Amino acid sequence: MTDTAEHIATEPELPKQDKLQRALFRFRQSRLSMLGAVMVALVVFFTAFGTLLAPFPEHIAGGVDTAARFQPPSWAHPFGTNELGQDVLSLVMAGTTVSVLAGLSVVLIGTVIGTLVGAIAGFAGGWIDEILMRLTDLTLTIPGLILAMAVAAALGPGFTNMIIAISLSWWPGYARLVRGEVLAVREESYVNAARAIGASPSRILLRHILPNTVSPIIVKMSLDMGFAILMVAGLGFIGIGIRPPTPEWGTLLSVSRSYMPDYWWTAMAPGMAMFFAVFGFNLLGDGLRDILDPKARR
Amino acid sequence: MSEIMLEIDDVSKIYAGKRGMFGRSHMVEALKHVSLSVRRGESFGLVGESGSGKTTLTRSILQLERPTSGRVLFEGMDLGQLSTAEMRWLRARIQIVFQDPYASLNPRMSVHDIVTEPMLIHRETLGLNRRQRTERAVELLSLVGLGAQHLYRHPHEFSGGQRQRICIARALAPGPDLLVLDEPTSALDVSVQAQVLNLLCELQDKLGLTYFFISHDLGVVRYLCDRLALIYRGEIVEQGDCASVFDAPETEYARALIGAMPEVKVPPAA
Repeated sequence: MTDTAEHIATEPELPKQDKLQRALFRFRQSRLSMLGAVMVALVVFFTAFGTLLAPFPEHIAGGVDTAARFQPPSWAHPFGTNELGQDVLSLVMAGTTVSVLAGLSVVLIGTVIGTLVGAIAGFAGGWIDEILMRLTDLTLTIPGLILAMAVAAALGPGFTNMIIAISLSWWPGYARLVRGEVLAVREESYVNAARAIGASPSRILLRHILPNTVSPIIVKMSLDMGFAILMVAGLGFIGIGIRPPTPEWGTLLSVSRSYMPDYWWTAMAPGMAMFFAVFGFNLLGDGLRDILDPKARR
Repeated sequence: MSEIMLEIDDVSKIYAGKRGMFGRSHMVEALKHVSLSVRRGESFGLVGESGSGKTTLTRSILQLERPTSGRVLFEGMDLGQLSTAEMRWLRARIQIVFQDPYASLNPRMSVHDIVTEPMLIHRETLGLNRRQRTERAVELLSLVGLGAQHLYRHPHEFSGGQRQRICIARALAPGPDLLVLDEPTSALDVSVQAQVLNLLCELQDKLGLTYFFISHDLGVVRYLCDRLALIYRGEIVEQGDCASVFDAPETEYARALIGAMPEVKVPPAA
């Protein structure tokens, strides 16, 4: 009972990357998660290089070829041409950049605002919490699409305005999520320990509470990416989002709707691209939740 | 030796219960007029069962919670009267080790960051630069029986006993005089408990610390403490020297508690 140190030395030493490796292993075990990761990787690839790799870059800028209108899929045009004779594949490839970047911006802005509001509400408590959360509830009562339409209509169409419009309805989900997490983590012993060593409120929030809430936020972000892309496309589809000639999936669908069903290929490629991206982000999000969110795992 | 370091003077804490929709509320009296004093250099044990107010008293001492009435005095200073800045400064001198070593270390921080954080916060008082802080962290780790090889690991890589050692190292980092030990061994295996208790004894000898030791385990308190108080439903029912309370308990509750102790021969402290 007198020796204190010997017991320590004989304990097996765990490798540092142990936890990460186990998480990655679990992720790889799940075929759907891996499929999601590969799909997202492809989407990201086209986001970066879609415009550069497009076979008919002149069509992206708005060039038309009236002699080649409504050509069905062929080797030259795998997804056919549209009413202006533009190559649908090129437009969709270039549209990836617009749609995904718009979706990403919306999710990022929503996360930043939501995390800020939720963290302050959960950490401060009292009337600050009350005010911020009622504001959140208020925003949640307005249907997202309607609010986005109203804002987009007020600000006018365009890339930036559309992102502002959607972001305004996007943050409340994050505010609620983060507030809940902060309320839970705030009661942890290590937060009390931080208080006991004299840590300032901002240090407690930034160093001890927020880092322990990132997992569910990341999961929600990846799940939300798909919805955000759909929302962007939805606004484009009803004509108050991004306007032609900027190629964007929702806008492309909207235009091709008039030529259905005779020229079905004009709608097929943007539709499939959207399905592919949304499905990929959802699979990835589910996979991430399985490895990151201990509550869902247990 | 007889100088009073910590004095708890007539402290009460009432939780106002939840006020329901119809205005009915029931109060919980967690502490009722608790008074006790801890002398410099001694180990003072506070023994009580679950829900007797031990943790509330701890939280009041650390000013994590304000008592409803009464004063907590540290070296004669009323902690409730101090400004936020003064209290922050004083926190370096009163440190705590929590019960659950699995919950009291931030899983996202390395041992280095955990142990140096108090020195970073109190850098003006301690006057340690970045490098000195790391050096001191290594010293502290070796003091609690861990090594420099553990410095950049994360809490999940350690056993319960090792984590509690990290918690002790963190508590020692700002150079405290008073260590509040909130059931530091009750979440540990029996064999590890003994090691941690011995470590605490060694540290007290080496560093001249004062302990305020909270426990529900009379055996542990008898082993470690000079004086003790028994708390029952928020009230101190008996206090005095360890030897006299164990040999001649005055109250019914004390007799019942001591009578309920399992017959284990406690080896004399080395």
